[in-house]
Amino acid sequence: MTDAVGAAVAEAHVREWAFVLAATARVAADLDLAEDCVQDAYAKALVHWRETGVPRRPGAWLTTVATRRALELHRRADVARRKLPLLIDRADGAVGGDALDGGVRGGGAPDHGARGGRALGGDAGGGDALGGYVWSGVDAYPDDRLRLVFTCCHPALAEEARVALTLRLVCGLTSAEIAKAFLVKEATMQARITRAKQKISRSGIPYRIPRVAELPERIGAVLDVVHLVYAAGHTAGDGDELTRPELADRGLDLARMMRMLLPEDAEVAGLLALLLLTEARQPARVDETGQLVLMENQNRALWDQQLIAEGLQLVPEALAGGAGGCGTVGGVTGGAAGGGVGGGGGVGVGRFGVMAAVAAVHGEAGRWEDTDWGEILGLYDVLFRRWPSPVVTLNRIVALSYVAGPAAALRELEELSNDPALATYPYLASTRAELLRRTGRSAEARAAYEEALAFTSNSVEADFLQRRITPDA
Amino acid sequence: MGKYLVMIYDDEAKWDAADPSVMARNDVNHRAFVAANGAAIRGAGQLDGSTTATSIRSDGNGGHVVTDGVFAETKEVMGGYYLIEAADLDEALAIAKQVPSPMGGVEVRPLVNGD
Repeated sequence: MTDAVGAAVAEAHVREWAFVLAATARVAADLDLAEDCVQDAYAKALVHWRETGVPRRPGAWLTTVATRRALELHRRADVARRKLPLLIDRADGAVGGDALDGGVRGGGAPDHGARGGRALGGDAGGGDALGGYVWSGVDAYPDDRLRLVFTCCHPALAEEARVALTLRLVCGLTSAEIAKAFLVKEATMQARITRAKQKISRSGIPYRIPRVAELPERIGAVLDVVHLVYAAGHTAGDGDELTRPELADRGLDLARMMRMLLPEDAEVAGLLALLLLTEARQPARVDETGQLVLMENQNRALWDQQLIAEGLQLVPEALAGGAGGCGTVGGVTGGAAGGGVGGGGGVGVGRFGVMAAVAAVHGEAGRWEDTDWGEILGLYDVLFRRWPSPVVTLNRIVALSYVAGPAAALRELEELSNDPALATYPYLASTRAELLRRTGRSAEARAAYEEALAFTSNSVEADFLQRRITPDA
Repeated sequence: MGKYLVMIYDDEAKWDAADPSVMARNDVNHRAFVAANGAAIRGAGQLDGSTTATSIRSDGNGGHVVTDGVFAETKEVMGGYYLIEAADLDEALAIAKQVPSPMGGVEVRPLVNGD
């Protein structure tokens, strides 16, 4: 029983944290206060659920306890000094005092009697700024969580702060956990989060979903953060493990949540597809001795076919694009990689959609030899035309090496090597090393592996490079 | 509502090198901006060139050191400002994006107790 309750609380932490905090933030009108109340609610759950059993809807229970605590603190009124009217949505109804009993108070007239606390400021004369929280069941959730995500990922915040805030407020990770994942001191991470929260309140970053016109710009920032979270988990920048599974899982969770909240958005579909198709290969990336296995040598029986199927299903939607759809990025959309990539590139296709399509081509190949490199090369061409970057060029060169041969790819790589953006990028040297090895220039290849080794801080990757230099070691 | 100062930072060298018609066009654009956002604007001003600037620093002993020149040596200096009122940062940014600043850009900062 004890374990079951502990597990239920842990499960609720992963699944419901964003729900609960988002709903509480609206009532608390203060992110710090909301966090305190939510933490408190989880602590109470550990005790309470042992006596009463796990409620049928843990998220609702936690939300009610946390919001009630926030209201209680507001009644003591001294919170008003924090003066954060921006978190409050004045548009809708009342605060139900009896929500704990499961009462569903849907969108009725404002119930002034049930509302606790006093106006937190802003609208003189209104006096009901604390209102606005309606317990209207599950339907109220998506908007709240979207608000929270968009607030954490506001472009006025530094990107590293966006990542940290999202992990903290949307995923419920502690500063210590986030600091560990990104290999900075806890005090540093704590300061970063505090600064970001201060900017939210002092600059007046609103707690709301952006208007339609702002959405493309704002959703891009959100998806970048989710992608960063996943990428940081997929290959750890440092340390003894190749991956940080807890971060990869959080990234996947976030992508799934975004998909649920914005089911119509092609780029959201693209990002989720990309992460699913990448994660599917995860079990084959290291062998039983913990050593890195290149995709070329991976045991594809270990690839997670369920994740691949789920990802593949999303790809056509991602490639259909937002701006009226597009038929020019063909091939993978139909399942079997057959068609070519149209000359113009997809009009409405997003970056993550194209990257997902690349991952789909790999996912569909039963054997390494079956990989449709022509298709992948075409997709990288599309990617480069729309989102040129040296890293895209590097990936394109890898694809080219399987279409036109390693010698041709090496020639293009020489040009890219002058790009200062890649000066310390380990994968430039390791790609060069692989191409040299494949052309039989083994002495030069060894030197390039040495160079790559100098830029790698991940010990699993370093081991792999070391074995390439001295195969018998 | 909160008050935000929108500071226009320009590269003065670029202005010095610019054709007079660029200056004239900029004036027209500012008038258009004011006309479009009059409801939110609480104040505005254009500053004279940075060569006219005088800086004052505390000398740490209750006195002041007055020096010729701008406070911080950067290529881009503040050339003008708008004081605007907005519901939140997003609204302030939407207005600030319309401020003509062809030789640089703008910085938006909330005023403390700006409501």
